Amino acid sequence: MDTVVDVVPLDRHGMARRLAADIPEGWVVNLGIGIPTLVSDHVPAEREVIFQAENGVIGVGPAPPPAEEDPWLINAGKQMVTLRPGGSFVSQSDSFALIRGGHLDLCVLGAFEVAENGDIANWAISSNEKAPAVGGAMDLAAGAKRLWVIMEHTTKDGRPRLVKRCSYPLTALGVVSRVYTNLAVLDVTPEGFAVRDMIPGMTLEALQARTEAKLRPAA
Amino acid sequence: MIDKFVASALEAVADVRDGATVLIGGFGQVGTPNHLIEALCERGLRDLTVVSNNAGTGAHGLARLMAEGRVRKVICSYPRSRGSVVLEELYREGRIELEVVPQGTMAERMRAAGAGIPAFWTPTAAGTQLGEGKEVRAFGGRACVLEHALKGDVALIEAWEADRWGNLTYRMSGRNFNPVMAMAADLTIVQTQHRVALGELDPERIVTPGVFVDRVVHIPYGKPRLW
Repeated sequence: MDTVVDVVPLDRHGMARRLAADIPEGWVVNLGIGIPTLVSDHVPAEREVIFQAENGVIGVGPAPPPAEEDPWLINAGKQMVTLRPGGSFVSQSDSFALIRGGHLDLCVLGAFEVAENGDIANWAISSNEKAPAVGGAMDLAAGAKRLWVIMEHTTKDGRPRLVKRCSYPLTALGVVSRVYTNLAVLDVTPEGFAVRDMIPGMTLEALQARTEAKLRPAA
Repeated sequence: MIDKFVASALEAVADVRDGATVLIGGFGQVGTPNHLIEALCERGLRDLTVVSNNAGTGAHGLARLMAEGRVRKVICSYPRSRGSVVLEELYREGRIELEVVPQGTMAERMRAAGAGIPAFWTPTAAGTQLGEGKEVRAFGGRACVLEHALKGDVALIEAWEADRWGNLTYRMSGRNFNPVMAMAADLTIVQTQHRVALGELDPERIVTPGVFVDRVVHIPYGKPRLW
């Protein structure tokens, strides 16, 4: 951890912007609560990406101006949103048929930990905490064609979150294909984490010092 | 003449019994039949099992039902929403049972109940704590858990429009769990914002056909209060 690197980690919007750059037009995408929700702010309106919310909204648009807020139209985070032209409403059954039936091109979730085998832990921090809450995380993680995680590279006190094996309760096994952190973008490969790119000034050595799992450069 | 309208919410829930499993529609406070839940509170029932995506917020509706000790068990996916203080306190004190179910599995368990399917296999939750104790079988090399249908004795539904046959439409994200719950209970009770004449709803626009509905009460309460 003592490696001196003169770098400025990405902030939440910087991470969201970096991920958004990799979403092509035409994809159907679900964004989890927290940093993932910010991703849609960074997809330009002319690039048509269809955002889906678990509570049955297909074609979620940006937050409305205060004068146009409508409490009947919320996303899965229970924030008021808008519907893009072409959008539609479905029931929870159809919404999760979309999710579980492999119709999502991409799901973006936050996480506590991601393991080098693609396991994700993002719903509970221990097995006996106060009322546990899973929401749609397990359905999304198991059902999407691609699962990308967006999270800080380490915890607030500097512990690695890219690990050999998750220590927190798992959300799903072997499903994460890419991780966007405030320091780097990494693919999950059969050989473990492969570093696709890093923020300016970051070195593989310094990144490794902040990561429990073994890193290698992407081929 | 078929007419499923009843005069009041209290009349609509008059024969719900102690120990009943009650499916409650809504996602957060949107599409949630709060007036029917308040009427259920007035009944003073015991040992209810409630199936709801969230576990109530603030002090009214489901939160009130739980605070008054009417609920033995909650089956839900996300009990920790902003303002879910009642559930949190009851859970901490060990005064309520909580079964946390992945949201899609919860919807599918009720869909199965409504469609006459006793159980189904899904990869959701396989290998996790929420899959523990469940039968596991691999399909195409992928581990799946066996999930059982979840049927209600009663479903409480909120609709946007209803006619006297019980045909229903919903408003925007207020649709959520309502259509699947309407199909998954022995007794389906609806509160509707608007009452329309039979034949007025375009058949292409009806989301829940009235055959799944038993009683309707007209309660034009306006917009949901989100928090």
